[in-house]
Amino acid sequence: MLVEAGHFALALALGLSLIQFVVPLWGARANDPVLMAVGPATAVAVLICIAFSFLSLTAAYVTSDFSVLNVVENSHSTKPLIYKISGVWGNHEGSMLLWVLILALFGSVVALSRNSIPARLQANTLAVQAAITIAFLLFVLTTSNPFTRVVPAPVEGQDLNPLLQDPGLAIHPPLLYIGYVGFSISFAFACAALIDGRIDAVWARIVRPWTLGAWAFLTLGIAMGSYWAYYELGWGGWWFWDPVENASLMPWLAGTALLHSTVVMEKRDALKVWTILLAILTFSLSLLGTFLVRSGVLTSVHSFAVDPARGTFILGILIIFIGGSLALFAWRAPLLKQGGLFAPVSREGALVVNNLFLATACATVFIGTLYPMALEALTGEKISVGAPFFNVTFLPLIVPLLLLLPLGQTLAWKRGNFLGAAQRLYVAFGLALLAALALLAFEHGGPVAAPLGIGLGLFLVLGSLNEIVTRSWSRGNSLSTVWRRASGLPRSAWGTSIAHAGVGLTVIGIAATAWGVEGLGTLKPGQSLKAGAYEARLERLVPRIEANYRDDVAVMTISRGGRELGTLETMKRLYVTRGMPTTEAGIMTVGLGQVYASLGEVQPDGSVGVRLYHKPLVLLIWLGSVVMAAGGALSLTDRRLRIGAPARAKPGPAAAVPAE
Amino acid sequence: MRFVLALLAALMIGGGARAVQPDEVLKDPVLEHRAREISSGLRCLVCQNQSIDDSDAQLAKDLRLLVRERLVAGDSDEAVRHYLVQRYGEFVLLKPTFKAHTLLLWLTPVLVLALGAIGAYAALRRRPPPPSALDDDEQKALDAVLKRDASA
Repeated sequence: MLVEAGHFALALALGLSLIQFVVPLWGARANDPVLMAVGPATAVAVLICIAFSFLSLTAAYVTSDFSVLNVVENSHSTKPLIYKISGVWGNHEGSMLLWVLILALFGSVVALSRNSIPARLQANTLAVQAAITIAFLLFVLTTSNPFTRVVPAPVEGQDLNPLLQDPGLAIHPPLLYIGYVGFSISFAFACAALIDGRIDAVWARIVRPWTLGAWAFLTLGIAMGSYWAYYELGWGGWWFWDPVENASLMPWLAGTALLHSTVVMEKRDALKVWTILLAILTFSLSLLGTFLVRSGVLTSVHSFAVDPARGTFILGILIIFIGGSLALFAWRAPLLKQGGLFAPVSREGALVVNNLFLATACATVFIGTLYPMALEALTGEKISVGAPFFNVTFLPLIVPLLLLLPLGQTLAWKRGNFLGAAQRLYVAFGLALLAALALLAFEHGGPVAAPLGIGLGLFLVLGSLNEIVTRSWSRGNSLSTVWRRASGLPRSAWGTSIAHAGVGLTVIGIAATAWGVEGLGTLKPGQSLKAGAYEARLERLVPRIEANYRDDVAVMTISRGGRELGTLETMKRLYVTRGMPTTEAGIMTVGLGQVYASLGEVQPDGSVGVRLYHKPLVLLIWLGSVVMAAGGALSLTDRRLRIGAPARAKPGPAAAVPAE
Repeated sequence: MRFVLALLAALMIGGGARAVQPDEVLKDPVLEHRAREISSGLRCLVCQNQSIDDSDAQLAKDLRLLVRERLVAGDSDEAVRHYLVQRYGEFVLLKPTFKAHTLLLWLTPVLVLALGAIGAYAALRRRPPPPSALDDDEQKALDAVLKRDASA
């Protein structure tokens, strides 16, 4: 009964979304406040309906209601509760339901921030948002209905794909979807501005937190997915340039560019047309990502035929929204007035360069991901585009961008002084160079990439901190003055520096992978294997039985230079219901590096194949991403992004934000 | 969004040992290093976007052994790759060759960067520059005012 109610609520949400689409749009044209006010009310109602629908599916999962086809296919009564819940979005239908839930959630947040958004802009934005909701609700209801019943109901379910029974993957999709869908708000605002033919710095100020929030979540989502691949897929890689990964990297690159161009627009009222275009492109790439992953086109061009309805439907959504918004852009963008003049050498100029490189990097990933499919469809020729291609095309675009980053951050708005900025950075650059040279001399003949990359990362970290230091420290000031000034800096300044330092940390982590070493061997209990300075001794192989799987556990003692560091467990796991084996890597964290062991086959003579890696500083790859997201979050709490909130009456220069 | 990858990985990897097996490794470390380099650029044809160095499908194992066989027989790296392309087609290379049919693929990054730079430059040129900095006379006048204030 609850399941039918959930199904009905979803259909109701579709009807309400239609109202949310038509009425506010009409109201904004007629300038009728009553009609415009329908937008926020329906947005909240849509959220309530979809949330109820989502909860009723969750209830079916938690109670293992095997009369629902979706539950049968993806759950099992012995599965731990957390995976019963995460199983809701661990499949196609449920994950699309999560997608629309987040969409509705964001729509109603826009609806509820009544005082801070001009009424017409809000009405148009909610209408565009409703159009997206309609498209995806139709998609769920017609091709991917999670509420289908099955008669007669089987006694037991088929279990969730074992690879998805992992805490990392339980939270990975929600994080990623919040990122993807968050960009829909920037998109809706961009379309609303185009419909109205009006755009200014206020628009940028309203949109920026949305972009920033979506970007922070997408960053976390991608990092989470990467770490999951690292420990679960068992060969210690953390990025594979797989099309599925590229599908999430493209909106991230475009979103990063959007974040920076919105800053220019907010501060200096410039780059308006470009920012609008970027907002449209970023969400289009999110849609493309959804299409690539959800339609099955990635597996092979032929699997499209397995379920043509879904693939064609999303392709239709893609064409309508991307084509429609670009047509709207072409029609209305010439109406937008240009403002904000600036010299080529200035913060704005540096951000233009940033956008140029990020957009090119995004285009590179785009062509690398889609070219093989297009070529095969057009000529039938099959080619592969993998990591080696991206290494020679993507890296040369990113390295100059990163080298220029601290410089751009130091330049003044409107008219900057290149030499002055370089002068302020020479300490940071000198220290980073010194570190790189010292590492080069020290390792003597090892990989060159690692010291150079670490130097670059250090330059980013020090250059970001330099910004805070130069803004708060001057010769002869007491420490308490410096502290007062530093803590008085706007939080967005801190956020920027922290996020950029996070980029530096990730770069260091990536560069250090060049120092990784591996050992490979067939071991019997008591024998040991070396990877660099680390040694693993296989203690014993023991079986273990859990609720829904069986493990063969290898217990290993890890030591360095004869000193024992502890034991780690690595296992081969068999999920009973699906009869599917997985490998659980054994990982021991030593400082910021990790010792990583994974098991191969157990041989008839009782020996087992073992791969042992030592990966120095590898944790920095993901920690850096978390720091980036934290910088974004800190920036979100900046005073000026909370317009509409009553301002504290606190005198003094610390509270004032320069109007510029 | 990784479900497809996960699913495929599950299908492809099965539970087997990971990639290069101890018994495959060549005795000569230089040759083995070359074999690993070549392997990481060759696609496991039955896998989803995996190199034969990462995959443990049977085909990947066969290809790894084949690469090592050719290296031991004295082939150069290029000859080994050429040999595999002849047998399996260009699909086997993870880094496509630079030819007519991949022209657009390889040139896109350069083209986008160049066109973007030209576009940005043109857009900047079309607009009047911001008011110029102080000229000498203005600077002198300003200095004088500042000096007067400082001494006062």
